[in-house]
Amino acid sequence: MKSTSPIPSQAPFDHQAIRDQFPALKQTIGDHHLCYLDTAATSQKPQAVIDAMNEYYQLNNANVHRAAHQLSTRATQQYEAVRQQVAHFINASKSQEIIFTHGTTESINMVAYGLTPQFTPNDIILIDTAAHHANIVPWQELAKRSGATIKPIPLTADAQLDIKAYEQLLQAKPKLVALCHVSNALGTVNPINDLIAMAKNAGALTLVDGAQAVAHLDVDVQNTDCDFYVFSGHKMYGPTGVGILYGRFEQLNTLTPMLTGGEMIKTVSFDRTEYGELPNRLEAGTPAIAEVIGLGAAISFLHGLPREHIHAHEQKLMQYLQAQLLNLGDVSLYGIANDKRQINVGSVAFNLAGEHHQDVGILLDQQAIAVRCGHHCAMPLMNELNLAGCCRASIGIYTNKHDIDQFIQALNTVKELLL
Amino acid sequence: MTLISPKNIPDSQLFTDLPADVIAAVNHIEQAKNWQDKYRHIMLLGKQLPTLADNFKQADAQVKGCESQAWLYHHQLNGQHYYLADSDARIVKGLIAILLVANQGKTTEQINQFDVSHYFDTLGLSGQLSPSRTNGLAALANAIKLYANGVIT
Repeated sequence: MKSTSPIPSQAPFDHQAIRDQFPALKQTIGDHHLCYLDTAATSQKPQAVIDAMNEYYQLNNANVHRAAHQLSTRATQQYEAVRQQVAHFINASKSQEIIFTHGTTESINMVAYGLTPQFTPNDIILIDTAAHHANIVPWQELAKRSGATIKPIPLTADAQLDIKAYEQLLQAKPKLVALCHVSNALGTVNPINDLIAMAKNAGALTLVDGAQAVAHLDVDVQNTDCDFYVFSGHKMYGPTGVGILYGRFEQLNTLTPMLTGGEMIKTVSFDRTEYGELPNRLEAGTPAIAEVIGLGAAISFLHGLPREHIHAHEQKLMQYLQAQLLNLGDVSLYGIANDKRQINVGSVAFNLAGEHHQDVGILLDQQAIAVRCGHHCAMPLMNELNLAGCCRASIGIYTNKHDIDQFIQALNTVKELLL
Repeated sequence: MTLISPKNIPDSQLFTDLPADVIAAVNHIEQAKNWQDKYRHIMLLGKQLPTLADNFKQADAQVKGCESQAWLYHHQLNGQHYYLADSDARIVKGLIAILLVANQGKTTEQINQFDVSHYFDTLGLSGQLSPSRTNGLAALANAIKLYANGVIT
């Protein structure tokens, strides 16, 4: 790696130096340099994450929590240190409130399953219309098991959560409110602290899907005051196969374990089994140790960066991306707040005139542009917007202005071909 | 792929050989100078393929695995297989047309011997056939074979 700034102190924010840490971004596809605008699906991984996982397998590979030897001690120490790191990362009050899962989907399933005995046919579950299927289907299953009723929280005409309608729905005293922090399809941001406070006043339990937020926004679960906050490692520069379930201790402790078996028990006999304490009670079986360690490396990587500069960089890029799409013409953007009170986070959803999103996606792919085209696992939201689907360009910490320019130029070529 | 036998099938007279210009157009795809040219021809090909009437764009004729919607019907006449297909996406429809050019009016044996990967390779479109793609082309190619072998009727 060549250093272009001999005096680092004069260059407090060297974006290229951050981008250079992501080896996957250095490749070309055909004649084109890869333009990765699909971070909302999964982010690329910095070298530090890849190295941490390699090192674990090369030097420290052992099962955790049964430390009868040196390797196991090392693996357990590393694994549990990441729990502390995650607790600190989202400002949880104690590390027992952090459960390692396989991802956001599993985290939500664990809550929906674990709450089953607490639900009755009289209960109501409110779900954000902008929710990802992962934050809809597990609640539908809970409703099936318990007889509870699901009610969607409507959106306003500009695809923001309808606060007035939400207020009214809360009057029926729902048992649980499931929200997304940032919409995966549109990049819209919910005023999560206000929404949770309102739900609390109505006596509801609250879960926030933070999968699209953690890589871009500062998360503080104590300040937000939600009961559950869930996210995935792979959308925040960590590996796939690891996710987090944060739960307020008192609530987490009431969950019936979805998985039972080894690791989660205190004593087992054929007459009766006694479950262990949190967090082990909710982590049956051997966990994804290398992935957890990789997630720890991703958090360290993020901690090592100037947060304010990153926020400003991403906000500027989002505004530039939206402006350039509108400049191109014949482009419809979705989920832009009428009063522009909030800049979308991470993702921009769009369609090109009346063209099918898949045609646009195929032609962008010819030019090495990686975007997602489809329903974005948010079919109820697409129905609400009256769309069969749309294209989504999403940015990450490594995205630069050149990516946006390459994308817009490619989209212009698509436009010439299709229109 | 979960294609089920559609209830209502278009009139058998609609299942015919493809227009000669559709068959000729496949050569343009092979000879295209660049990707823009290639995809322009694919879309033209899709345009030349007969469209399905809206009342036949039914869920039971839909080939799953496509991000766009694609419908496929089959009719057998004197040991030869005929297909009617459509999609709401232009490029996908063109890719379907390419598939049909190779299979329309063929016998079961010919369809079974047809090497779809080689065919798309020759056209410089091998990437589009991957089952990991959401264009549904692999599912469509499979459905054409299943119909020809009476697995779906």
